[in-house]
Amino acid sequence: MLDEFRRQYAWQIREFFFTVKLLRRNPSAVAGFVIITGMVAMALTAPVLAPYNPIQISLGERLGPPGGAHWFGTDELGRDILTRVMYGARISLWIGVLVVAIAGGLGAVIGAVSGYLGHRVDNLIMRAMDVVLSFPPLVLAMALAAALGPSLNNAILAVAFVMIPKFARMVRGEALAVKEKQFIAAARASGAGSLWIVWHHILPNCFSSVIVLGTLILGETILIAASLSFIGLGTQPPTPEWGAMISVGRKFLMDQWWYATFPGLFILVTVIGFNIFGDALRDVLDPRIRR
Amino acid sequence: MSEPLLEIRNLAVQFFTYQGTVRALEGVSLRVERGEILGLVGETGCGKSVLARSVLRLIADPPGRITDGEILFKGRDLIKLSRREMRRIRGNEISMIFQEPMSSLNPVFTVGNQMQEVVALHQAVGRDEARRICVDMLRQVKMPDPDQVLLKYPHELSGGMRQRVMIAMELSCRPDLLLADEPTTALDVTVQAQVLAILEGITRQRGVAVLFISHDLGVVAQLCDRVAVMYAGGIVETATAAAIFAAPRHPYTRGLLQAIPRIDEGREALMVIPGTVPSLIDPPRGCRFHPRCGHRFQPCDREPPPFYEPSPGHRVACHLHAGEDQKRSWSRS
Amino acid sequence: MRILSYILKRLIYLIPVLLGVTLLVFIISHAIPGDPARMMAGQKASREAIDNLRHSMGLDRPLPEQYLQYLAGLVQGDLGFSIRNQRPVMEDMLDFFPATLELTLVSMVVCVSVGIPLGIISAVRRNRPIDHASRVFSVIGVSMPVFWLGLMLLLLFYRNLGWLPGSGRLDIGLDPPAHVTGLYLIDTLLEGSVGKFRNALLHILLPAFCLSYVYLAIITRIVRSSMISVMGLDFITTARANGIAETVITLKHCLKNSLIPTVTITGLSIGELLGGAILTETIFNWPGMGKYVVDSVNFLDFPALMGFTLVVSFTYVMINLAVDVIYAFLDPQIRY
Repeated sequence: MLDEFRRQYAWQIREFFFTVKLLRRNPSAVAGFVIITGMVAMALTAPVLAPYNPIQISLGERLGPPGGAHWFGTDELGRDILTRVMYGARISLWIGVLVVAIAGGLGAVIGAVSGYLGHRVDNLIMRAMDVVLSFPPLVLAMALAAALGPSLNNAILAVAFVMIPKFARMVRGEALAVKEKQFIAAARASGAGSLWIVWHHILPNCFSSVIVLGTLILGETILIAASLSFIGLGTQPPTPEWGAMISVGRKFLMDQWWYATFPGLFILVTVIGFNIFGDALRDVLDPRIRR
Repeated sequence: MSEPLLEIRNLAVQFFTYQGTVRALEGVSLRVERGEILGLVGETGCGKSVLARSVLRLIADPPGRITDGEILFKGRDLIKLSRREMRRIRGNEISMIFQEPMSSLNPVFTVGNQMQEVVALHQAVGRDEARRICVDMLRQVKMPDPDQVLLKYPHELSGGMRQRVMIAMELSCRPDLLLADEPTTALDVTVQAQVLAILEGITRQRGVAVLFISHDLGVVAQLCDRVAVMYAGGIVETATAAAIFAAPRHPYTRGLLQAIPRIDEGREALMVIPGTVPSLIDPPRGCRFHPRCGHRFQPCDREPPPFYEPSPGHRVACHLHAGEDQKRSWSRS
Repeated sequence: MRILSYILKRLIYLIPVLLGVTLLVFIISHAIPGDPARMMAGQKASREAIDNLRHSMGLDRPLPEQYLQYLAGLVQGDLGFSIRNQRPVMEDMLDFFPATLELTLVSMVVCVSVGIPLGIISAVRRNRPIDHASRVFSVIGVSMPVFWLGLMLLLLFYRNLGWLPGSGRLDIGLDPPAHVTGLYLIDTLLEGSVGKFRNALLHILLPAFCLSYVYLAIITRIVRSSMISVMGLDFITTARANGIAETVITLKHCLKNSLIPTVTITGLSIGELLGGAILTETIFNWPGMGKYVVDSVNFLDFPALMGFTLVVSFTYVMINLAVDVIYAFLDPQIRY
């Protein structure tokens, strides 16, 4: 079974390991990867490693500065900020992954179909994508989140909707290029249907660019999701989301600087990680640089 | 014997890359006399372009560098000039035209703007005078409607017209030497003939010396007074065009000429030179051609051949043309 | 003349997009929970009053008809009625627009005047220290949560150093200048109140920097990468071979070619700035459209939110059109 898999995908497996080798030599890629792994690790181990319970209220310790017992200080209900930041990673990363999965999946299919079928269908779909892209991302996400009702899941849907056209445009461009290639004509000549061709030929060729775009969009997603929570349209209390924490921390900014500072710092570092890794990945996968 | 216009002595150029140091040019010596058209031929990758660019010091550093030798132009060593002095020579005393007319002109400025820029840079003339010079040059390269052409953008002209614009632009400041790096290779055959005729006409008329780089031996035979043959970063043979084509002496030159299929020959198979062009990171010791040469003998893989002169004006870098005494001493060792 | 036909073509393409925008906003508005008629009438209204109101607002008509009604209203400038302020949203927008415009313009000036030179220097001195520094600066910029940056700036410059004020457009005791443009920086000068000008300037510095940082980073990156790719092109070698000085090559030959992607991104950034302004204005209590919409969201004033969304996206589309036109001027190759 495993051998069957290895034989069929031998070329892809080789390409994958070659990519990994190139990435290892690239300092940005390594730095980004370390950051991402760190954040993921923190998110996954939070329930085990976090020193406190994220929603445990302790009114006696309200708004305490960073110190021995609470490395990042405490919030207005005495909850440990370090713990809440660690749990916040779970939420932000979860949102990021889900949004990219939904937007990437749907966007890629829309783009591939649009590019492959061409002509009026393509025109129509791309105009629709243009309509969505006519809104500054945060503005549209806000409108959607407000309309659907503020909650974590609705925030995910809102941001995913905003991101779909980015994937669709890119994949459509690739589909346009791929569909002119010979093997597509060959497949059609052997009687393959359009949907089958899109699924089996067009989409696999776009795979690596989707991954690269996905990594970069993941960073942008985390920023938008945090912004939504900051405004009050995303996750609701007591969920320890980074943006929401900053929103509350703002009220205490002047005297309790630690409250708003640490969550924001973690947003910054996480997004930096995804951005530099995504940039490095794009450079490494660029066919001109590969050879 | 008057001083040559351009004399390159022992030029060496290296490129420093991840894979190693590329020894692109080694021991290159060449002369161009005033007013003559010297052809420089060789396969792709033998260093012709690098040589031409080195004359104008256009080799980007990093990764490339001139590591040895002299380039004497009118007696001055160009390598030793300051950047400012070099800029005064470029486009002014030595000009260069390149292979790709499609991309050699800036797409966002008009032809007139680019031509006048060069004229105004090197000659102390006013705008109207500069414009007049440009129109005049365009007329000399037989451009229809020169005033209109000045107002056009490069993408509005065909490849042949663009190349003629290049010729006009590069000759506008009356240089003594023109470096032509495969100027017609990217053009259609009929356009090629046209452009070559114009190039020959205008350079002969003005007494401009031309270093004409090409891998097309037919064109070189028609156009050039003398020919230099390059292989793997070095010059292997120089002689008059007639001598090179009638009596080539270097085994590589012979191979090149034999490889040209000819109708009148009756041969069935194409003649090829066995083997492939060597890597310039780790070139063969001694004569760089020796691994592919059917005539190699003792010294070939040890000593790089100097220029022997079996007949006046005909120089060959091949040990086959060494003196008899020299050959005897080799066979004894 | 070719440019005119190009513009016309772009305009014609835009119309379906603009219609699509209105349609999307309309659809979202109708997904909003709650009954608009009840919200308008208030808590205590009787069922009959609410039904009358609903009828007069046309809310009992079929959806397509409501859409057309909506479009008709838009053409006349009717963006809806703000529940919070009890007046047309359009009036609210007009009131708050100048503050946002001023902030956006100042930010744009900062972005362009710092970003473009920084990008050029990075490209020319590629892989040297200044390039590495500006690349780090850029990465941080595109990864930065704008609202957090604002808070950190407040901590540093307002609380700790005390150099700059922390909110509003002017100190609390000062009256705004006589209204000519609505832009305090200009109006104070027109009025001759130098002291107020200085005050307004101090107030705008932090928000403008905060807002511009992200787009400064983006512009620097774009300028750098497009300059680098232009610098490797053949015609640059030609210019060098003709003896043209490196400075002229960089600033004339390379830059004009790089301007195309630069202008595109700058133009798009103006649109994005409108989005970022939402967060910045909130942090700095800047009384512009951004703060208006956040307040509206918190108040559940949906008509205001939808009105804002529509205006912003229309502006974005128009800016893109303007960018396309400028593009045509800069690149002779696409006038065909």
